[in-house]
Amino acid sequence: MKTIFKKVISKFVEGLLMMSGTVTTLAVLFIVFYLFKESLGLFNMTPVEDSYSVLVNKNNPVKKLSAQQIKLVFDQEITNWKQLGGNDAEIELFRTEDISNYYSEDEIGKNFEHLAQRINEHIEKHRGIIAFVASEYEMKNAASVPLSVDKITLLELMKGKEWFPTAQPAAQFGVLPLLMGTLLVSLGAILLALPFGIAAAIYLAEIADTRFRNIAKPLIELLAGIPSVVFGFFGLVVIVPMVQQWFNLPVGETALAGSIVLGIMALPTIITVSEDALHNTPRSMKEASLALGANKWQTILRVVIPYSISGITTAVILGIGRAIGETMAVLMVTGNAAVIPHSILQPVRTIPATIAAELGEAPLEDYILKHCSF
Amino acid sequence: MLKGIGVISWEFLTEMPKDGMTSGGIFPAIVGTLLLVLGSMLVAFPIGIMSGICMSEYVKDGFIKRFVTVMTNNLAGIPSIVFGLFGMEFFVNELKWGDSIIAGSFTLGLLAIPIVIRITEESLKSVSKTFREASMALGATKLQTTYKVVLPIAMPNIVTGLILSLSRVSGETAPILFTVAAYFLPKLPNSIFDQVMALPYHLYVISTSGTNIEASRHMAYGTALVLIIIVLMFNLLANWLRKYLSRKVKMN
Amino acid sequence: MEKQFKDKESIEDVMQMQEPSKQNRTVKIESRNMELYYGEFHALKGINIAIKTNSVAALIGPSGCGKSTFLRSLNRMNDLIDGVKISGQVLIDGKDIYNSKALRIEELRKKVGMVFQKPNPFPKSIFENVAYGLRVNGISHKSFIEERVERSLKQAALWDEVKDKLKKSAFELSGGQQQRLCIARALAIEPSVLLMDEPASALDPISTAKIEELIYELKSDYTIVIVTHNMQQAGRVSDMTAFFYLGELVEYDSTKKIFTNPEDLRTQNYITGRFG
Repeated sequence: MKTIFKKVISKFVEGLLMMSGTVTTLAVLFIVFYLFKESLGLFNMTPVEDSYSVLVNKNNPVKKLSAQQIKLVFDQEITNWKQLGGNDAEIELFRTEDISNYYSEDEIGKNFEHLAQRINEHIEKHRGIIAFVASEYEMKNAASVPLSVDKITLLELMKGKEWFPTAQPAAQFGVLPLLMGTLLVSLGAILLALPFGIAAAIYLAEIADTRFRNIAKPLIELLAGIPSVVFGFFGLVVIVPMVQQWFNLPVGETALAGSIVLGIMALPTIITVSEDALHNTPRSMKEASLALGANKWQTILRVVIPYSISGITTAVILGIGRAIGETMAVLMVTGNAAVIPHSILQPVRTIPATIAAELGEAPLEDYILKHCSF
Repeated sequence: MLKGIGVISWEFLTEMPKDGMTSGGIFPAIVGTLLLVLGSMLVAFPIGIMSGICMSEYVKDGFIKRFVTVMTNNLAGIPSIVFGLFGMEFFVNELKWGDSIIAGSFTLGLLAIPIVIRITEESLKSVSKTFREASMALGATKLQTTYKVVLPIAMPNIVTGLILSLSRVSGETAPILFTVAAYFLPKLPNSIFDQVMALPYHLYVISTSGTNIEASRHMAYGTALVLIIIVLMFNLLANWLRKYLSRKVKMN
Repeated sequence: MEKQFKDKESIEDVMQMQEPSKQNRTVKIESRNMELYYGEFHALKGINIAIKTNSVAALIGPSGCGKSTFLRSLNRMNDLIDGVKISGQVLIDGKDIYNSKALRIEELRKKVGMVFQKPNPFPKSIFENVAYGLRVNGISHKSFIEERVERSLKQAALWDEVKDKLKKSAFELSGGQQQRLCIARALAIEPSVLLMDEPASALDPISTAKIEELIYELKSDYTIVIVTHNMQQAGRVSDMTAFFYLGELVEYDSTKKIFTNPEDLRTQNYITGRFG
């Protein structure tokens, strides 16, 4: 009786343990799968918003355009159909609100009841027209045909130079500016943090006396635990004005400010991890080097650092990891302009910051995940 | 950060924000943060600790263990904003919980689970094999060995790690951005399906997009200081508990 | 949950287990053609050995010869290592410990106690260390545990040194005391076999002498198998000696014979210190 009861209890607890392991695994798989699914959904979407259509005259040979071409057309950078492989004809832009230039209010009707018909007439009359109208005003079997727009492809995503998910008529999903922004800010952060971090680690591990080390190390570890939003705030009130003053810029919210803040954030990680690695060099190794007549610096450079290089590499990777994924601090200090940066003194926007800034506006950011997590 | 000290007063800590967040206090934000920490604790700790035990004591080395380890490490490496995205898509929209404490707690909990698993696993792994062998040699079952010998020895490290993970959770902004945090909500929540204010988000809002940034700057200093103090307290608590528990484990 | 059961019942359970075969000097441990592999590595090759009840058998041999592996296979501690394969038979009290369905592994380990190379008390009090084996076997009767702890500590010749500080941490004891505590811990569940894996190798000479004395006294109640690197120790404490070399059992005979007149040349070389 007693043993049976005990057996049941212990089997139950063991089962519970195994189950939680399984549940976690499944949850992890689920999250990864879910994010992938959502992000792949992007590639089946057209960049034109659901309830809108791009129409052309049905005699126009051009039936298909890419999102980027549409954008260039509406920005009037492409003005002739020839450039798009059509007839030699001027492109005429038309948006729904332009209708009042051509027809009187009476003709359109008080409640726009004749609007669809009028748009149809207008398109029929102008062979070179391209019209961006709400789908409800598009007539069946009319003089206009909807232009099919290329679906978003991975290549376009990677090559596109513009990020403008709310642009009309066609949203622009070029991830390049965001990628460049992320890389620039992270690279700057690493360049700033690495020399300081490793120098500080060497100082702490090899040169500083124990008393100083015992005080400094917990303090640095504490620094690593401070929330990023506090760093962001610190950057906003201290670093940004500083950068603005130094370089005489109109705004201080630049890639440089982001790099400095991220560098400061990455420092504690780099210092503590590489200090641990340096500190773990066996005493006998250092002593052997010193006994051979090497001085302290030669020993550090030729024995201690090579021995702990793998630990230092880990520190650097951890530091970079934190810098690339960091959201809030960067969002607060880099100015958030999704353009390809030409210098570190320009505002940029990173991938995580983009998610944070645009989430809720459009369901399209999901694909970004791929860049963040894989 | 010294500028924050002047701002902090009893009223600052216990009053509702007033006048477009340019005066008053941050009480609801403090309460919100504590609630979220509590919620994510309830989500992450049981499953995380049990998974950690399972991984370290029960699953044999091999493909499954490697796979799960890689997966949890991956999850731990994902930027927190992505958790926020997932939380919004799944908890808020798909499960229709809306922006709520429960959605935020689950999102933060998910963020903490890989950390909790790793802490538990590492702490258990660092328990010397000899203790396990000694216990098994006395006829103890695996389960008895785990909860009577291995867990008590690993406890100081586990507890310390858990508290540090809470300190990380309390400072996270990105995951709560779209799952729970309210911009301005000068009242306390009534249920777990309410929105709340939270300190990190509050700091973000009043330092970047408040109605009157200059006027609320002193509030931002105060909020930053309170946030740092909370994190500091978690860290000190963790340190103290580690010392206290490791002494206690030896004694009993 | 233990408290829901009558403690008396559980005490009787334990008492019954150790009754059989205490007095008859028959074979206690026997292995027949036992082979053991660690993955690809053939660690034990065809071991045949019979150890009599209430005797001390010493296992000697150079490092890596398989003596510890053999010792650990007697209470199935090798099961904890991944990739171990065992064939052949290992019998304790005539029961095959690897292929018997009736014998639970915890029962086996209760019957076959083990003392490890390094003292490894739990981070608990001295009392709780000794009581641990009883508690995990479902005994919670307070006075019974107290009595058993006292008896075990006396058996391990530690009682006089620790009786005033039973509630203190086991880590406050010296290395030799800790090892005797581990022996007391193993004795508390009243095994009939005691396995010792180099129990004195981490200790100073005085502690070692105490442990050896203890082994001599325990012999009357237990069958003891001891692995040792120290040949004088093997000569002092054991009745029978087995020499292992490269996974083989080279020679197994009375200690006197092995140390004075070994049959195998390899044994002779090892005993006289030519290798190892």
